[in-house]
Amino acid sequence: MTHLPETLLRVDQLTTGYQDPVVFDANFHIGSGKLTALIGPNGCGKSTLLKCMARILKPHQGQVILNNANLHDQPTRHVARQLALLPQGPIAPEGLTVRELVAQGRYPHQSLFQQWSREDEAAVQEALSMTDTVELADRPVSALSGGQRQRCWIAMVLAQQTPVILLDEPTTFLDMRVQVDLLNLLTSLAHDHGRTLVVVLHELNMAAAFADHLIMMKDGRLQAQGHPDEIFTRDNLKSVFNLDAQILRDPYSGRLMCVPTQVPHHTTPAADIALAEVVQP
Amino acid sequence: MNRTQAYSASGLLMGLGIVLVAMVWHLSVGAKSLPFGTVLEAFLHFDEGQFNHIIVRDLRLPRALIAALVGASLAVAGALMQGVTRNPLADPALLGLMAGASLAAVLALSVFDLQSQTLLPVIAAVGALLAAILVWTVASRAPGGATPLSLTLSGAALSAFFAAIISVLHLLDQQTFDALRGWLVGSVAGRDLSELIWSLPWMLIGLAAAIVLAPSVTALSMGDEQAAGLGIPITRRKAQLLLCVVVLTASSVAMAGPLGFIGLVIPHLVRLFIGSDYRWIIPYSALFGAAYLLGVDVIARLVVRPQEIATGLITAMLGAPLLIYLVRSRLN
Repeated sequence: MTHLPETLLRVDQLTTGYQDPVVFDANFHIGSGKLTALIGPNGCGKSTLLKCMARILKPHQGQVILNNANLHDQPTRHVARQLALLPQGPIAPEGLTVRELVAQGRYPHQSLFQQWSREDEAAVQEALSMTDTVELADRPVSALSGGQRQRCWIAMVLAQQTPVILLDEPTTFLDMRVQVDLLNLLTSLAHDHGRTLVVVLHELNMAAAFADHLIMMKDGRLQAQGHPDEIFTRDNLKSVFNLDAQILRDPYSGRLMCVPTQVPHHTTPAADIALAEVVQP
Repeated sequence: MNRTQAYSASGLLMGLGIVLVAMVWHLSVGAKSLPFGTVLEAFLHFDEGQFNHIIVRDLRLPRALIAALVGASLAVAGALMQGVTRNPLADPALLGLMAGASLAAVLALSVFDLQSQTLLPVIAAVGALLAAILVWTVASRAPGGATPLSLTLSGAALSAFFAAIISVLHLLDQQTFDALRGWLVGSVAGRDLSELIWSLPWMLIGLAAAIVLAPSVTALSMGDEQAAGLGIPITRRKAQLLLCVVVLTASSVAMAGPLGFIGLVIPHLVRLFIGSDYRWIIPYSALFGAAYLLGVDVIARLVVRPQEIATGLITAMLGAPLLIYLVRSRLN
C-alpha cells in the first residue's frame, strides 16, 4: 500500500448553493482515516455540501480548508491529487472498458510529457485488486451490473490515490447485499488503508452501522454530529427526519439501528431470533 | 505502456500507412492515369524533364494534401464535439459553422456581386467565424449560459435560419447559384498550394491542440462533476475545445466548402475499432478522416470520367449507408 500523507479537511462557516444558498453556516472537520457519513432528508443540502467540499460549487461565504489552505484557491489539478470525488450516478461513455475507466483516475498525475508511467500502471492494478474488479478489467462498463459498475467507479477514484475520497450516494439503487459489500469496502479503505472518506448516504441503518462519524443535516443546517452511539437517537431521528422510530442495538455487531414505530405489530416473535436490546434515549 | 496501448501505438502507424497508400492512389488518378511507381518516383527521384512528375507534384499534390488535411480536421472536430457535448449526433455542422460559411459565400456572390471566386475561402472562413460568435452569443444568454446543450440548440436554430436565407437568395438569383453549386456541396477541386498555405497553420494548430487536450475529453465525456473531480477546469477547457472545433471547421470550409458527414461518421467508425478513450479516438479520427476523404475524392473523379462529381456529394452518398451500417452493428 502506497503511503498517503495525513490530510486535514475542514469546513469553516460555510454557506453555499447555486444561485440561492442551500447550505448555511456549516462548521465541522473531517477525521482522518475515518468514514464520515452525511445524512439527512431529501433536499436537506447534503449533496450540495459535498459538492462544495469537492470544489464543484463555490462557497457563498466561509471556506473549505484542505491542508491548511483554502481549497477553492488551490489549483484544481493539485486538489485532484489530494481529494477524489465520485458523483451521484456517474456516466461511463459507451464502450469504455473497466481498465480504461480506472485509468482515467490517473489524469491528475499525468502531463503532456508524462503520459503513462509505471506508477500509473501500478496504481490502476492496485485499484482493480482492492475493489475485486481484476476479472472485469477488459469488459465494457456498460455491460456490468449496478454493483459491479459501482465497484469500478470506486476503483477509478482509488487509482487517483488521494488521501481524501468524497462519495455522493454510492449505494443508492443497489441491492442490500451489494450495499453491504460496498460499505465494507469503504470501511476497510478508511480503517486498513488510512483513507479519509466522506459519504452521502440515504439508508439510515447503513449509515449507523458503518460510519465512524455521523453528520445530520436538515434544511441546509447541521443538526447533530458525532459517533453514531451519541447522536443516532430517537430524538434526533424525530427532529431531523420527522421519523418516529425505536433505536435498537444489534446484539451481534453492537451497532445501533432504527425501526420505525409506525409498522404493523407482530404478536409472536420467532424463537430463534435474538432479541435486540432497546436503547432508551 | 500496457498491451492495449502498444497495440494502439502500432495501430496508429498502420493508420498512417493507410493514409499514405490512399494518398498515392489519389495522386495516380486523374485525367491521365499514372502507375503507382511513377507517383513514388516523382517524390523519390524527381526529374524535372518528366512531365508526369510535374503533374504529380504541381497539379495533383495540392489537391491530395487538401483532401487529407480537410478530412482529418473535420473528423477531429466532429470527435471533439461528440465528446464535449456527450451527444453522439454532434458534428461541426451542428454549431452553425457550415451554414454560416455557405451563407457568407452566397451573400458575397449574389448580393455584393463579387466577381471572382478567389476570395471565397477567406469569405467562407469569416462566415463560419461570425456564425460561431453568433451561436455563442445566443447560447450564452440562455439560462445556465453557453452549455453544450444550449450551444447545440442555438446552432441548430441558426443553421435552419441560414439555410432559409440561402433558399430565398437561390430563388431570387439563379445565376449565382449555378456558379456556386459545386462549392456549396463541398469540393476539394481546383485549389492550389498558395491557398493551402493560409489554412495549413490553423489546421495544424487545431489538430495539435486536439491531440494535447484529448485525455481531458474522455474525462469530460464522463460528466462535468467527474471531470472536475479529476482536476479539469471545466469552463476553460470546454471553451478551448470549442475554439479548437471552430478553428478546424473554419479552415476546412475555407478549403473545401461545407463538406458534411465526415465529422459525424468517422468518429463513430473509429469507436468501433478502438473503443471510447479520446486519447486514441482523436488521433485515429485524424488518420481515418484523411484516408476517407482521399478515397472519396478518388471515387468522385473515377465514376463519371473524364468529368467528376463534387466530392461533397460522394461523402454523403457513402457516409449515409455507412452510418446506417454502424447504427445497426452497434445495436446488435
